Amino acid sequence: MTLHLRIWRQAHAQASGRFVSYTVKDLSPDMSFLEMLDVLNEELTKKGEAPVEFDSDCREGICGTCGFVIDGVAHGPRRGRTVCQLYLRDFRDGQSVTLEPFRAKAFPVIQDLVVDRSAFERIIAAGGYISVDTGSAPDANSILIPKEVAEGAFDAAACIGCGACVAACPNASASLFVSAKIAHLALLPQGQPERHRRVLKMVAQMDRENFGNCSNHGECEAVCPKNISIKQIALMRREYLTEIWKNFRAL
Amino acid sequence: MTTLAASPKLISKAPSGPIESRWTRHVDALKLINPTNKRKFTILVVGTGLAGASAAASLAELGYHVKTFCLQDSPRRAHSIAAQGGINAAKNYRNDGDSVWRLFYDTIKGGDFRAREANVYRLAELSVHIIDQCVAQGVPFAREYGGLLDNRSFGGAQVSRTFYARGQTGQQLLLGAYSAMMRQVEAGRVELYPRREMLDLVLIHNQARGIICRNLVTGQLEAYVGDAVVLCTGGYGNAYFLATYAKNSNATAIWRCYKRGALFADPCFTQIHPTCIPVTGDYQSKLTLMSESLRNDGRVWVPKKKGDTRPPNEIPEDERDYYLERKYPGYGNLAPRDISSRAAKAVCDERRGVGASGKAVYLDFSDTIREKGLDYIKEQYGNLFEMYQHITAEDPYRVPMRIYPAVHYTMGGLWVDYNLMSTIPGLFVLGEANFSDHGANRLGASALMQGLADGYFIIPYTIGDYLADASLPKVKPDQREFRETQAEVEAKLKRLLAIQGDKTLLEFHRELGLLLWDYVGMARNAQGLQQAIEKIRHLRQEFWQNVKIPGSNDMLNKSLEMAGRVADFLELGELMALDALQREESCGAHFREEYQTPDGEALRNDERFSHVAAWEYAGEDQPPELHKEPLVFEFVKPTVRSYK
Ligand SMILES: Cc1cc2nc3c(=O)[nH]c(=O)nc-3n(C[C@H](O)[C@H](O)[C@H](O)COP(=O)(O)OP(=O)(O)OC[C@H]3O[C@@H](n4cnc5c(N)ncnc54)[C@H](O)[C@@H]3O)c2cc1C
Ligand code: SF4
Ligand code: FES
Repeated sequence: MTLHLRIWRQAHAQASGRFVSYTVKDLSPDMSFLEMLDVLNEELTKKGEAPVEFDSDCREGICGTCGFVIDGVAHGPRRGRTVCQLYLRDFRDGQSVTLEPFRAKAFPVIQDLVVDRSAFERIIAAGGYISVDTGSAPDANSILIPKEVAEGAFDAAACIGCGACVAACPNASASLFVSAKIAHLALLPQGQPERHRRVLKMVAQMDRENFGNCSNHGECEAVCPKNISIKQIALMRREYLTEIWKNFRAL
Repeated sequence: MTTLAASPKLISKAPSGPIESRWTRHVDALKLINPTNKRKFTILVVGTGLAGASAAASLAELGYHVKTFCLQDSPRRAHSIAAQGGINAAKNYRNDGDSVWRLFYDTIKGGDFRAREANVYRLAELSVHIIDQCVAQGVPFAREYGGLLDNRSFGGAQVSRTFYARGQTGQQLLLGAYSAMMRQVEAGRVELYPRREMLDLVLIHNQARGIICRNLVTGQLEAYVGDAVVLCTGGYGNAYFLATYAKNSNATAIWRCYKRGALFADPCFTQIHPTCIPVTGDYQSKLTLMSESLRNDGRVWVPKKKGDTRPPNEIPEDERDYYLERKYPGYGNLAPRDISSRAAKAVCDERRGVGASGKAVYLDFSDTIREKGLDYIKEQYGNLFEMYQHITAEDPYRVPMRIYPAVHYTMGGLWVDYNLMSTIPGLFVLGEANFSDHGANRLGASALMQGLADGYFIIPYTIGDYLADASLPKVKPDQREFRETQAEVEAKLKRLLAIQGDKTLLEFHRELGLLLWDYVGMARNAQGLQQAIEKIRHLRQEFWQNVKIPGSNDMLNKSLEMAGRVADFLELGELMALDALQREESCGAHFREEYQTPDGEALRNDERFSHVAAWEYAGEDQPPELHKEPLVFEFVKPTVRSYK
């Protein structure tokens, strides 16, 4: 099959970018979308042109490295999948497809489809953990966790940190990502002691990082490859407001 | 057995005496560093997978100043994230007779008696603490309704000791270790250097004192100074091009340390995993694993008849060959990986393979679905089934999966002593990057265990012993040794870019991969290995004359990153073949066709090969020098491995 691609090309962070069109032929529908880009890059290399830079690593939907926008949708047309989990059978022969990087103030473009998501790291460093030094843990079965609770925490912990939620949000909010971590830890008994300071610190860091506010558009949930639910954002809000209220009353 | 004297280069420092107390006594004798002095030491941890993240967190908690480096844009994306099935621990929560001893025994036997007893015992002993640590961090392991931890079985074991978090155990364990490390980032004790590639090791007075990295965004070379370097850079299975590894996994860090004098142990011990999604086309960029845990509930079979092209549901029960259950009734579908992989190859070689290529066998869940219901399967393996469906566009709830072996793990790696230090003082190697505790074949769910044991519970003790005694004069990143090493790195990058030939990197890498798969894969023989060595040399020469690498050195340039890695694979590949050639026996995953039992099982030669083969670099185009560390078995008598 054949695909007509329009791809955002940008030489470096300061350069102004533009769309460039390419046609890739003789593709197999069983090929993954990134393998199709590999083919394009082989052709460009042979012609002496600069290959299209994009990030990927595991190519099976778990590391969160890949991600760009396909025809206006972060991670492309298939719900619940990352870019690396798309196959050409998800597209039509002869289709025109537009690729551009995740766009958000907090995610500056590095080159072509590669962006800088290090803001996520700083949010996690602000409190996305349980403080337990190596060696100090009690026997694993001394903490009983009902199956439903463990499963609920898992649903939130499944976030791969890809940033699609930010790219999809009209306000470029990081709320889905941040709430997933807060919910994961707030739902577990081990997460209780730091529950209060965690939410305050992580939200404060999110606000410092140029992300926008959440105004309930729900676009994040729709593109999230791990189906993280916006109910986690509601949970984060509740946690946050409770803390703010407590602090206010303590004044 | 003749006793082989250890090469003076390979002093294992493994303690003697009763095996149960070796590690405790060893720890008691290690030197300590006073807490306030720890701050004065800078440790460079290269790699942030399970081994690296756990080491960085634990060392920083002790007070060391840690710098970590990784290729990805975030440390959380290391290849460990993809591990699916689970992690072993001798908790005996199931009351099924498990114990530290049994895990030790299974691992020694699983590795076909090619690992150090003292190390393996320590691994089994520490396994129980790993689970405690991870649960305390908030890792959402699978639970039973009563709130206790659940377990499942993995290959090569008759007990149920594998802890798991759906099919995403590696992700959850790594996020736990990463969060512990990020806590230390906030505390100011860990500095992160993502999108950095270590391209060389800097030695001063023969001690590891720093690294040269390429900043993968700007292309700048950067020098970092440390008092010790801890390599946690993962395995080298991508030498085969098609493998279950993440695309960025590579051998460059360990290979360049090898060329600086660290010995490389057992490079030919590579694991080929029996349950992966088969190759579909020559455009393919990687292979995807279907976790071994599936073999708990799936039955492996092929048609009895050769060339049978009927769809699986039209092949009646009595015309199916459940060959693992037939050949290995004691373990059935849970026979160890090396054995299951070879058995799959054997039936496909007999033209009984299935699918379009004939290079696949069925993994069939219909019996379990009938007995335990669809919901059970969904809960246990939902995400794996979904992944299979995404890739193949077939529904494994209705038709059996098609699977075939693929390169998955490397047991070989840099040689380390009991303290995890390589033959270069101050260079420690953890996780899959070292030659580790798995001998000639790794059992499932034991790599996560080893990486975390190394990082959480071994290096925090052993590194102090080195630092306490080493003389470590102050060094600066602009002193001669750093400048010289950096100049060599730069020259190599420029040389690569200057070739401008007409074959792409992918073409070279694919070609190398096929050579290794055909000659240094599941079955090897002397003639093939000799040919492979010739062919790889040829290919390497051609590479340095004819590769075409686009772009320049002063920018983000993934082709240039890959070029260095492929260049290293082209050297390492030859060493893998050489190692396989000199090991004139079959053991574990290393199967030499000349050495097999009448029924086709691996035939070890303990008389001649009960040792670790460690190779010393001798200069470009010089044959490397072989050193041997004898393996002595005091507690588990080497026997012919039987899983019947
Ligand atoms: C698909 C799959 C499933 C698996 N499932 C299981 C399982 O269920 N149970 C189990 O026990 N094992 C499993 N394994 C094996 C296990 O995942 C790995 O062996 C283990 O995670 C390796 O961890 P590591 O920390 O040693 O290295 P890795 O996780 O590979 O990390 C390597 C790190 O080094 C960095 N790095 C590499 N080179 C450089 C360089 N030159 N400069 C700077 N940084 C560098 C990388 O960026 C990365 O951070 C699985 C493996 C695969 C492929
Ligand atoms: S919440 Fe979903 S979209 Fe956002 S980072 Fe996590 S996995 Fe990606
Ligand atoms: S490359 Fe890992 S999620 Fe896509």
